Amino acid sequence: MPITSRDFRELRLDRIGRDFGQVHALRDVSLTVGRGEFVALLGPSGCGKSTALNCIAGLLQVTDGAIWLDERRLDEVGPEDRGFGMVFQNYALFPHMTVRRNVGFGLVTQGRPKAEIARRVEQALALVRLETQADKLPGQLSGGQQQRVAIARAIVVEPPLVLMDEPLSNLDAKLRLEMRAEIRRIHTMLGCSTIYVTHDQEEALSLADRILVMIDGQTRQIGTPEELYSRPAHPDVAEFMGYRNLFRCRAETTADGLAVTIGAARLWGTAMDAVGGAAVAAIRPDDLRPTGDGPIDATVEIAEYHGRDFYAVARGGDGTELYFRSPMRVNPGEPVRLAAPRDRVLVYAI
Amino acid sequence: MSIATMSLRRRMRERGLDAVTLLVIPGVVFVLALFIYPFLYGLVLSFTPKEGGWLANYQKFFSDSFLYDTIYLTLQIAVPVTLLNTVLSVPVALRVRLLKRQRLLTTILVIPITLGTVMVAEGLLTYLGPRGWLNRFLLEFGLTDSPVRLIHNYWGVMLSLVITGFPFTFLLTLSYITGIDPALEQAGAMLGARARQRFFRILLPLLAPGLAITLALAFVQAFTVFPSAVLLGAPAGPTRVISIVAYQAAFEQYDYSLASAIAMLMAGVQVIIIVALLGARTLVFRGPASTGKG
Repeated sequence: MPITSRDFRELRLDRIGRDFGQVHALRDVSLTVGRGEFVALLGPSGCGKSTALNCIAGLLQVTDGAIWLDERRLDEVGPEDRGFGMVFQNYALFPHMTVRRNVGFGLVTQGRPKAEIARRVEQALALVRLETQADKLPGQLSGGQQQRVAIARAIVVEPPLVLMDEPLSNLDAKLRLEMRAEIRRIHTMLGCSTIYVTHDQEEALSLADRILVMIDGQTRQIGTPEELYSRPAHPDVAEFMGYRNLFRCRAETTADGLAVTIGAARLWGTAMDAVGGAAVAAIRPDDLRPTGDGPIDATVEIAEYHGRDFYAVARGGDGTELYFRSPMRVNPGEPVRLAAPRDRVLVYAI
Repeated sequence: MSIATMSLRRRMRERGLDAVTLLVIPGVVFVLALFIYPFLYGLVLSFTPKEGGWLANYQKFFSDSFLYDTIYLTLQIAVPVTLLNTVLSVPVALRVRLLKRQRLLTTILVIPITLGTVMVAEGLLTYLGPRGWLNRFLLEFGLTDSPVRLIHNYWGVMLSLVITGFPFTFLLTLSYITGIDPALEQAGAMLGARARQRFFRILLPLLAPGLAITLALAFVQAFTVFPSAVLLGAPAGPTRVISIVAYQAAFEQYDYSLASAIAMLMAGVQVIIIVALLGARTLVFRGPASTGKG
């Protein structure tokens, strides 16, 4: 029987770290997850986000710091006793058990009565809409169905916390969108706290209440999707959030605002740190638009038609690559003048 | 273009036959010349006895307890050895799977295979003999009053078969165990299963098909025991295994026909046991030991 129950206030990671020999896979990560909250751990591959998840699960020991569930210290408790649900990247369904027995496994180990197991398994399968597949083996199911079984198996024990390790990365694009909506729906229905590991910023933005951006085993920023999207705290985070244009520039504070000089172009920006002198300007392709009198001179090199608009790459006079979107047709070889609104040019000190 | 109008070459390719297929010819010739032909030759020979009707050899074998008892005697050695080696392999392989320096341990365990049964038997004769290290140690420390008899009897053969057979079952088991996705055990742990439950509910069912193969191969190896039964056992008594009787028929009585019949009976017992094992395998799960993309 797990020591934890669904009634908890918060899970607290207190400066946890994990070393593999000389390598610090995870350093000083602190995070508080409230009841019912959906938190995404976002970062490039190898950034330590899966290590963090395995530490929370108990599959890896932390080498520093502590994990608390309310007043209870968890990092010395084995994974069997934490009672968390986990959805693995490759689903890890038991290949020799039917869907029904896979889902019921957690209840069997808890020693629940047969009738209760049957009822709760049925409910969980209904929740993921797999009632008709209950007697099949995992190998007979499609990737998306296996994914649903994995989710049902994790939630049927009503865990205080569900951990998901890149659960959508093995699915094709269409199914990924469907399952994303499904995960959101199940989370809303059950209200179970969830920690979700992903390298896909779109997934994190659309699912999470809060996102922790991790780079090189360390926390770079924690915030709501809106905060991360519109005001990334660091150029690395900005890059990860889709700010494809990162320009070396010079910034100076004037009476009219922050003036930014990129090569020969001069535009206005918003300071994200105490800036002055050498700086980095981050602009999303969506915010860089062609206008008749824009300050940046460039020549279009590639233009892709994306239906609603064009996604284009241009080259500035000094060789800088510029990524932008254009509502009207642009053709390779054409000159173009680009501009970005002052509040969408984020300037960071370097 | 319909299949009928395709060139011969294309039709052959359609069925997976191309120039690469020719590479199987040496293998086929080898099997025919060195396995199928001698087997059929022996089978025919066993039905052409020195005297009597075509079944005379088999009648002789099953009417003489001195002969037919050897089946029972051989099983008495082969079955426990097979079970022991396989049962010992599983926990060792489970542990070795987690080791970083697997190769060193694996090398040490494989050495007995490379030494060959005769050398192991010679070594054991000295080591376990009445004046061997083991008995000297036991006598020196007063653990026993008279030397323990571990050679020239059942236990000598048993021990040598464990030493030469274990590395073999261990390597097979290790490869089956490493084929099981470690995430499955982790998933079990996350669902509250303790080590014991994870072993019996997840690992063992997934390992069962591989264990059936391991048991079958280990059994064949133990059932055909010859050198250690002669050198370490009591070939006139409790370790008078079936291969000794076949040898005696062929090279002491020069009755190749009877020897062939005994060899055929050996093969028959092995086939029965293997079919039973592989049949039992189909009762449990037979799919892959991991689920990936569907």
